[in-house]
Amino acid sequence: MIEIGGVTKVYGGRGPTFTALDNVSVTIRDNEFFTLLGPSGCGKTTLLRVIAGFVDPTSGTVALDGQDLLQLPPYKRPVNTVFQSYALFPHMTVAENIGFGLKMLDRPAAEVKRTVDEMLALVRMTEMAGRKTSEISGGQQQRVALARALAPRPKVLLLDEPLSALDFKLRKEMQIELKRLQSETGITFIFVTHDQEEALTMSDRIAVMRAGSIRQIGGPRDIYDHPAERFVADFIGDTNFLDATLLSVDGTAARVKLASGAETTVRAPAEGAKAGPVTLAVRPEHATLGNADGALLAGKLANIIYFGTDTHFHVDLDGGGSFVLRQQNQPDQKSGRSTGDRVGVSFPAGVGQVLRD
Amino acid sequence: MSDASDPVARRASRNRWFLLTPALVVLTLAASGPLLVVMIYSFLTPGDYGGVVWKPSIDGWFSVLFQRDFFSEELTFADAHLSIFWRSIWLSLMTTIITFVIGFPTAYFIATRPANRRDTWMLLIIIPFWTNLLIRTFAVMELIRNEGTVNSLLIALGIIDQPIQMLFTDFAVLVGMAYVFLPLMVLPIYASMERMDFSLVEAGYDLYATRWRVLKNVILPLVKPGVIAGSILVFVPSLGAYVTPRVLGGGKQLMLGNLIELQFGQGRNWPLGAALSLTLLFIVTVALLFYVRAAGKEEGHHG
Ligand SMILES: Nc1ncnc2c1ncn2[C@@H]1O[C@H](COP(=O)(O)OP(=O)(O)OP(=O)(O)O)[C@@H](O)[C@H]1O
Ligand SMILES: [Mg+2]
Repeated sequence: MIEIGGVTKVYGGRGPTFTALDNVSVTIRDNEFFTLLGPSGCGKTTLLRVIAGFVDPTSGTVALDGQDLLQLPPYKRPVNTVFQSYALFPHMTVAENIGFGLKMLDRPAAEVKRTVDEMLALVRMTEMAGRKTSEISGGQQQRVALARALAPRPKVLLLDEPLSALDFKLRKEMQIELKRLQSETGITFIFVTHDQEEALTMSDRIAVMRAGSIRQIGGPRDIYDHPAERFVADFIGDTNFLDATLLSVDGTAARVKLASGAETTVRAPAEGAKAGPVTLAVRPEHATLGNADGALLAGKLANIIYFGTDTHFHVDLDGGGSFVLRQQNQPDQKSGRSTGDRVGVSFPAGVGQVLRD
Repeated sequence: MSDASDPVARRASRNRWFLLTPALVVLTLAASGPLLVVMIYSFLTPGDYGGVVWKPSIDGWFSVLFQRDFFSEELTFADAHLSIFWRSIWLSLMTTIITFVIGFPTAYFIATRPANRRDTWMLLIIIPFWTNLLIRTFAVMELIRNEGTVNSLLIALGIIDQPIQMLFTDFAVLVGMAYVFLPLMVLPIYASMERMDFSLVEAGYDLYATRWRVLKNVILPLVKPGVIAGSILVFVPSLGAYVTPRVLGGGKQLMLGNLIELQFGQGRNWPLGAALSLTLLFIVTVALLFYVRAAGKEEGHHG
């Protein structure tokens, strides 16, 4: 278990300073696939480097199984990194790269060789063991970097956008392979990406970061279905934002009045909310298109876009603003609606999410 | 497509050679001309007042290694020459080692500064290089002579009460040569360090290598080309050094360069001087071959 408590990193002593991490706290469980997701420059790499020991935080604590990591130099932390640039040693062969960590731990030569062979098999690189790292492809380098970091059996593996340099097909393969390695080895994975789809498909939990702070932590479904704030809702998937008035809160349920005057029940923010104007997030595929009468919102169909697997309907709402719906397509069936039609938009109770301000 | 099969490429190649001709002529003459002259002189007879007499002789080469007793005509090894050869090689090796020991951390220090400040540090290393060699040597002399800065300071501090004799010793020659040749070691090491990917150093630390082991297993192998270049750049001119041993070693602590100069000056034995010069060239060549071979073998070991 990794406990990160109130970690702040301020770069630049004299002159202008820059806060790369702002009071970050998170607890990561054993053998969890934990993903840090966020736009470029939000501090993902900095947080990984704090855990690895290459960056000293300005304040805060980092503990692994109760042991204070900040007291240890990088080479004493049971944590290994798969670097974004791989950072393979160019003067060593594939096998020598993989065995490096164990050699530095002064393990007996026989054990090093056995583990290296195991690792080579695990990442399917046995035939390339004697090659120089400059003589293998990008995807193979990536696998060697992975094997090198796994060989010493660290408690925690840090992966900094390890798949970003790979083409689509290889990327999909490696995603599956990473999940397999995580369950086979029992190691905790902390994974950095700015690809939301990758985060959603691979993670046990996701921390969405913005400008040095964690905005929301939760399982992929949590984060997707119930984004806590506008930034998270916007960053992950597509979202409709609706102005509404909060009437009352009862636990996780909130009663809201929409701009159209209709009332419905939605999800309240985790930290509660006061009655008054709020913003509501509704995913395009969670809403349904129907007749204007009796619908939560009414408007005019402005655009229909066919995407193969699904169709997008753009609705200009009566009260101003627009709403996008997404419907899965059935074979050889047209939606039966055309642009200009008056339509209604509805979504079931509990589907909308009140965002924190 | 090979040059020979393609007339256009062949003509282009012929033109290139044609354009290169002046440069090639100058290079050939400049490189082999003097060498040829020295070679010929080494097989002639010394003139009474310097210069040579056009009478073939191998006495010059002979005296490089042997001397004939003036009275008994008995042949003995020229101990003086041999010890000077040995001293030169020894001092040059030491100079190379000292400049490496000082120059490597220096290069590392500069390469790890923020990019915008590295040039300033590099400038500080190079500036002394722009100063006249003689002036730099006299500066060292001023530091270490009996009434010089170091001794005065030590006496003033009460650490010693008699000045330490540093000038005119091997120590003085080493200090002088290390100081003079240091930039030649720092520059190539810095150049390869600057090209080095420092995330490899982090990868080393990440994989449980201590500082010392990162240095030995990651940094040194990666900057080896720079270290080799630096060592050659220091060792070769050290072997032939002339001004520094002359000024700091006093007339007594001769090196090869001084011995050669002596033959062309007071010694009036030009053929011996020429033969000694060629011997120096030979030693350098052998040393380089040795070095390149060793470095190449190391390389092959990994590949
Ligand atoms: N050594 C440094 N000195 C000053 N600022 C830095 C330093 N390293 C990083 N930063 C700043 O800290 C912020 C966070 O950097 P970080 O590398 O953690 O971003 P990231 O989330 O990994 O981004 P990316 O997705 O582009 O890799 C960036 O704005 C960066 O400019
Ligand atoms: Mg990054």
